Amino acid sequence: MLLDDLPVLPVILPLIAAPVCLLLPNNKLSGSFATVVAWGAFILSVMLLQQIATGGAAEYALGGWASPLGIVYRIDLAGAIVMSLVSLMAAVTLPYAIESIRAEINGYQISAFFAMFLICFAGLMGVVATGDAFNVFVFLEISSLSTYTLVALGAKRDRRALTAAFTYLVLGTIGATFFVIGLGLLYQVTGTLNMLDINEQMQGQDNKVVRAGYAFIVTGIALKLAMFPLHRWLPDAYTYAPSAVTAFLASTSTKVAIYAMLRFLFTVFGFSFGFADVAFTFFLILGLIGMFYASTVAIFREDVKMILAYSSVAQIGYMLLGISFATVDGVGAALVHVVQHAVMKSALFMAVGAVFFAVGSHRLSAYKGLAKKMPITTAAFLIGGLSLIGVPLTGGFISKWVLIQAAFGSVQPVPTLLIVLMIVASSLLAVAYVGRIAWTMLLEDPDNNAPVKAVPLGMTIPMLLMAGLTLYLGIDAGGLIELCRAAAESLLGTGLGFGSAS
Amino acid sequence: MGHLILRVTIKTLFAPIILFALYVQFHGDYGPGGGFQAGVILASAFILHALGFGLDRCQRVIPPSWLPVGMALGVLIYAGTGVYTLLFGGNFLDYDVIQPDSHHHAGQHIGIIAVELGVGLAVAATMLQIYYAFAGREPEPMDDSW
Repeated sequence: MLLDDLPVLPVILPLIAAPVCLLLPNNKLSGSFATVVAWGAFILSVMLLQQIATGGAAEYALGGWASPLGIVYRIDLAGAIVMSLVSLMAAVTLPYAIESIRAEINGYQISAFFAMFLICFAGLMGVVATGDAFNVFVFLEISSLSTYTLVALGAKRDRRALTAAFTYLVLGTIGATFFVIGLGLLYQVTGTLNMLDINEQMQGQDNKVVRAGYAFIVTGIALKLAMFPLHRWLPDAYTYAPSAVTAFLASTSTKVAIYAMLRFLFTVFGFSFGFADVAFTFFLILGLIGMFYASTVAIFREDVKMILAYSSVAQIGYMLLGISFATVDGVGAALVHVVQHAVMKSALFMAVGAVFFAVGSHRLSAYKGLAKKMPITTAAFLIGGLSLIGVPLTGGFISKWVLIQAAFGSVQPVPTLLIVLMIVASSLLAVAYVGRIAWTMLLEDPDNNAPVKAVPLGMTIPMLLMAGLTLYLGIDAGGLIELCRAAAESLLGTGLGFGSAS
Repeated sequence: MGHLILRVTIKTLFAPIILFALYVQFHGDYGPGGGFQAGVILASAFILHALGFGLDRCQRVIPPSWLPVGMALGVLIYAGTGVYTLLFGGNFLDYDVIQPDSHHHAGQHIGIIAVELGVGLAVAATMLQIYYAFAGREPEPMDDSW
């Protein structure tokens, strides 16, 4: 019965489709094939989400070798949410990519591009699905290596993509090395790689090896998720990658790293581990600094893609802040923001890609008076921008609301009111950088009145879909908040000791 | 005729290297070795030949256009084995389904050999592709060639 294999199907479907895609001719066929695969994976992920929401965490032993000896996939509610999110983003970005990529990369690389895209997609899904600590490393590298290539493909339009990809490769590899060193230390202590088994074996253990392993793992993942002082690779990689790649990466890869972080903090180490508080304190401080630093830098950039990339670093600060509370509300708020931010950022980057398609530039000066020439794209961009600020009726408002609620409910060394005020203050910085772009688009006169290239429907529809979803999740977010809260409960449940999540 | 000793040695070694690759490939489930190592050894035979006799002679035997096919096919053989076991009612890559009646797990042997073949093919193709990509580059102009 194939339905029993539901946990593994969304991962292997894109993995098998990728080599097939490589063999297809360099035209729309490879893109369409990848799109169909992504939608299939999305449907399977949603089925899995439904199954887990009602029946509890799903476990699947690869090759029939049961845990802890074999490699098992273990997907809890939070994982199912992230998998559905990633596959939705792939399903929406791939049709967008068919049109946008033809203008941005060499013709003979098109089917290779879609194959890489699918491999990256499979890697991201695998990181979330697996319940084996070493498997996380393998899938993290699958997705990272393919991401480096995808970023480098932007070199046809801007040679700086090559240096951006190389910087990303060096830093990403350092992150992966840290992560695998940490895993090695844990393996030395526990003799197992299964996440739940590591947690069991480590109960009551607190020595230098475990602490070093903890520090290595947290630092390694923090590099992958671009936590504030380790974010150096992100702005360049997002700016010079092809538009569709940026839209996909910005909405998935850091989110998956956030999930990996949650998994290690709560499932593998848990609260019984005395050293855990150190990371939470660091997340609180670095998250807050990141919010202000990255937003401030974003205000002074002249490239719209760069502005949005720095804004991503700032938004990761909000997620880390939610995690640092180490409460069900806090982690739930972080998960809500993961979803909301993915949706709004993909809308924004798709709008930027549409402008790039039409005008051929993503510098701010090219956006002068764009509202008259490209009203639909401008509307989608503004919806995303308002959501980034956190205006009511958009998704960003909801996630900031639950984050502030969680902040009030948490116990902190500093007054919680101070944290809340800082969240609000950093939103004002978002007003500045989004306002600057909006001002240029709406109020400034265009340099010339030459008509712009029409944006094909294949790009407009995904963009509007994501903008619409931003609005929808701003109005009717009750279900999402409930789901994320339940997911946070099951994540924190393992560590708190009141029984496993299932 | 230059490099005579090198060329004679390469010609002598070429066939034994490939034979050794096949040994590592098919002995992988009993002893050290397996698809990855075998693929690297197989590719090294061709790379050695290309180093001694020039890239074009190697590319006449294995055209560059074959290599992406080899890589994709290798992954497909691996994943296909997994899908085969899925369709016959086992878990992904549960090789026992291939020979369910065997009491000494013959399915596991068949399964691992099929999977390792895929790995070997993909790795050999990838190694050669990397070599072709580097060796086939237009040489950069020297500083004194102005």
